Amino acid sequence: MHEMALAESVREIVQETACANGARGVSTVRLEIGRLAQVELDAMRFAFDVVKHGSLAEQARLDIVEVDGTAWCMPCATPVVISQRGQACPQCGSYQLQVTGGDRMRVMDIEIV
Amino acid sequence: MCMTCGCSTGTARVDKASSGHDGHTHTHADGTTHSHGHEHLAGHPHEHLHATGPLHFGNGPAGNSVPGMSQARLVQIERDILSKNDSLAQRNRAALAESGVFALNLVSSPGSGKTTLLVRTIELLAGRLTVAVIEGDQQTTFDADRIRATGAPALQINTGKGCHLDAAMIETALSRLQPLPDSVLMIENVGNLVCPACFDLGEAHKVVVLSVTEGEDKPLKYPDMFYASSLLLLNKIDLLPHLQFDVERCLAYARQVNPGIEVIQLSATTGAGMDAWLAWIERGAQAARRQQPTGHQAHAHASQRQGQVQGQAVAPNPA
Repeated sequence: MHEMALAESVREIVQETACANGARGVSTVRLEIGRLAQVELDAMRFAFDVVKHGSLAEQARLDIVEVDGTAWCMPCATPVVISQRGQACPQCGSYQLQVTGGDRMRVMDIEIV
Repeated sequence: MCMTCGCSTGTARVDKASSGHDGHTHTHADGTTHSHGHEHLAGHPHEHLHATGPLHFGNGPAGNSVPGMSQARLVQIERDILSKNDSLAQRNRAALAESGVFALNLVSSPGSGKTTLLVRTIELLAGRLTVAVIEGDQQTTFDADRIRATGAPALQINTGKGCHLDAAMIETALSRLQPLPDSVLMIENVGNLVCPACFDLGEAHKVVVLSVTEGEDKPLKYPDMFYASSLLLLNKIDLLPHLQFDVERCLAYARQVNPGIEVIQLSATTGAGMDAWLAWIERGAQAARRQQPTGHQAHAHASQRQGQVQGQAVAPNPA
């Protein structure tokens, strides 16, 4: 359940940004989570609901944008989409894949009031 | 562009050093450029106007203003959720590199034999390399006690409800443990094949320990951990005759997830394969060693610290 620790980081980033921008509150927090980023989205939503209390994001809605995992297939020499690590290339079946995207988790933006 | 007032130099970055609007330079529509500070209280809306400057109501996301309705403002952040942990980890890594310490982050499920492996490793490295250990567990100091029985300095971190070690805990632990220059630091993470994969501690490598009693499909069930690790130690191989464990299949799964992963098969109990593991550590420690040792000064410093590291439990905030 490391999502709780991640949610606390989100709250911290949101709180810092909201304070720096003189916000009275935060209405929306938008995250971008890659499908390879080791995050269970339901756990993340639950954890954020718990940790947002007492912060400027207390009333905030959490929007999560999921991003496909992408990798470079060496035999095909082409980019492919994968849903988890250890998955074969959907074109040639090789495991010689280098992940190129969809492994990050970021706070993209917040809407403040 | 500053999302607050529209000036060209302000940004919505969250770094503490640059997020303030305590002072900045900006250009107005009439062409005048100047610098100024403008303090305000948190919670107070951030409009600031100059008597002669233009009055904007169209800077919100809607681009216009509706009387009686406050405009929500979109503040771009685009910051990694783990950025704070990662920057602390980099700080740890730099501090370890400076003193030539080769740090390994040992990860596995509970019961894979990490502590027994560590005890055996420390005993076999005696006289060749100095090893210090940071132990991570939710509760108890059992593991650190076992390590200290070998004579090596060990510090127990109890994470409480936490399921992993993070870089801030290691920073605190390093300040207490103070590993000797040019030594080896083993960080035994909380037994968990999921969460510790996410958290960089500042180590040179993650080393995943998998015992043959766990099932050969673990690399596919928990791919992130095997992807994050540089080395797989397949432990308890002395038990293979009693088990239905397909070593080749297990290693194929691990390489499926991480084609570059190195593998050493060993048994901490019988000592089989330990030579390869010790040689791997010695190669890493050699590479990590300070390029230009500062001579007797560093040595004196090291001797002074030797023996005084007893280790106490660190109780970080549950995360």
